[in-house]
Amino acid sequence: MADISAAPVKRMPRGMFREMTRNTYAITWKELKAYFTQPMAYVVAVVFIAITGFFFVDSLSGPLPLANLYGYLREIRWVLLVLVMGAVLTMRSIAEEQKMGTLELLLTSPVRDWEIVLGKYIATLIFFYALLLLTMFYPLLLKIFASPDMGPIWTGYLGIALAGAMFLAIGILASSLTNNQIVAAVLTLGILFGLWFLYLAEGFIGGLPGSAFVYISPRSHYDALVRGILDTGSIVYFITVTISALFVATRSLESRRWR
Amino acid sequence: MIEVQNVSKFFGNYPAVEDVSFKVEKGEILGLLGPNGAGKTTIMRIITGYTPPTSGTVKVAGHDILHDSMAARAAIGYLPETVPLYTDMTVREYLLFQAAIRGVPNNKKGQRLEDVVETVRLNDYVDTHIGKLSKGFRQRVGIAQAIIHEPSVLVLDEPTIGIDPIQVVETRSLIKSLGGGDRAVILSTHILPEVSMVCGRVVIINEGRVIAEDTPANLALRLQNSRQVSADIRGPTKLVTAAIEKIPGVTSIHRESFEGHSQYIVECGVGNDCREELAKVVVANGWGLLSMQAKGMTLEEVFLELTTQEEA
Ligand SMILES: Nc1ncnc2c1ncn2[C@@H]1O[C@H](COP(=O)(O)OP(=O)(O)OP(=O)(O)O)[C@@H](O)[C@H]1O
Ligand SMILES: [Mg+2]
Repeated sequence: MADISAAPVKRMPRGMFREMTRNTYAITWKELKAYFTQPMAYVVAVVFIAITGFFFVDSLSGPLPLANLYGYLREIRWVLLVLVMGAVLTMRSIAEEQKMGTLELLLTSPVRDWEIVLGKYIATLIFFYALLLLTMFYPLLLKIFASPDMGPIWTGYLGIALAGAMFLAIGILASSLTNNQIVAAVLTLGILFGLWFLYLAEGFIGGLPGSAFVYISPRSHYDALVRGILDTGSIVYFITVTISALFVATRSLESRRWR
Repeated sequence: MIEVQNVSKFFGNYPAVEDVSFKVEKGEILGLLGPNGAGKTTIMRIITGYTPPTSGTVKVAGHDILHDSMAARAAIGYLPETVPLYTDMTVREYLLFQAAIRGVPNNKKGQRLEDVVETVRLNDYVDTHIGKLSKGFRQRVGIAQAIIHEPSVLVLDEPTIGIDPIQVVETRSLIKSLGGGDRAVILSTHILPEVSMVCGRVVIINEGRVIAEDTPANLALRLQNSRQVSADIRGPTKLVTAAIEKIPGVTSIHRESFEGHSQYIVECGVGNDCREELAKVVVANGWGLLSMQAKGMTLEEVFLELTTQEEA
């Protein structure tokens, strides 16, 4: 039996790690380019910047605005916005490939399932972080004219960045479960709302199980960061959930082969 | 290069593929021939690692498709039946992406792009969005992505389906040119002439099972021996029919009466040429043999024959 080294183009000349990053990078790059060919992405970007701009202006009109920008980021509306973003930015990613059949070529190419998931995830993350970076213009603008307490702003942004990372990972997971992007979006919103409001269960259950629900919900973790508390536990929480969601998404992609 | 061994695939209780075995060697173009729903696509999906078999093993370029999947996949170029492409990419973007995920080194990607675009004659369309291409041109893009990494194994699922006749001819000669050398090619089709035009060997499958495997010429030959013989015989029809029935190997007789003689269509089983025996019988009984003709079978009929045999 001839092996592949007989082929003129040799694979894997520079080692496994190079190859892995290369595959992931290729997928990420393809996904990013896809964003810029979709009118949807532009709509999402414009709407996001506009709404966050409104949040900012609105937070300034409250009492003691300049001393503390807590109100700008703390509001549930920020979370709702990021939550919807998470659903919209990820709904296509795997579902659409399944629907169009392009997943067949992707899954039969020498790319590992996790490389596909990670590549797609990183693309959504880059897109989201780019937008988030733009909104940092608002508080920085304020800094020119006044001297607000920037600490909570930075940790608040960290909270949004981490929550966003988690929401996007769950969005990718939902997209891997179906070949209908609308179903994927609804599923993402369902899971995220469910998780977010899980903390309310404490009111009915109380005790240890109750506080477990509070821990599982991203709300308290997000809240801590927005308050300016750089809580390691909260950071670990977001990263753990993100990695777990991506792991399950990889498994779900894998299981598509068996269907 | 491709070794399929006792492969079965069940969807629930439904056997889409049952105990299929065959090999494709270097330099060979193998045709997988079968009617709709025969299991061709399922077999190709198993070979390419898209779907695991329920049982059996597949080796591609010496690598097990399940246990050494990455190496096996790296050796394969694949054109799925539906030619799935990213319609909002240009041909260039798409082929460069495929080159990247199929392991073409960065410094060779540009050259490979030029080469494959030349091979499938897409030169004037490199910067066209795939969504704007006709079906035939998309098929070319599909073939281009399948060969961009110079795979040693090429898997083409119905590569000429849905494109116009002129392009079909072009595509067939393209496939022939892609075979040969160090490459093993397997293509599926339900068009018989295609197989004799392109393939060196045919595996005919029906209802998930291999029912014949040979060169197109041999298959036709094999079936020639089981072909129909039409004979015009003058004589008492009942006696003639009875006598022909006694000839070993005869499976069926149809008679049509004409003025003064009858035409008998005699069918013989595989491996039997009953012409000689038929002539002897007629002469021995003193009847008149006015004419006798072996009805040659086209490959089309061969195929019908094979599939109906399986059902019987
Ligand atoms: N994912 C699936 N789930 C259930 N049944 C399936 C699946 N894929 C294929 N089948 C069944 O397996 C059988 C073989 O299908 P397959 O697509 O392999 O046939 P084919 O020879 O490629 O046919 P065609 O010429 O129409 O492309 C069919 O009866 C089909 O309905
Ligand atoms: Mg098919």
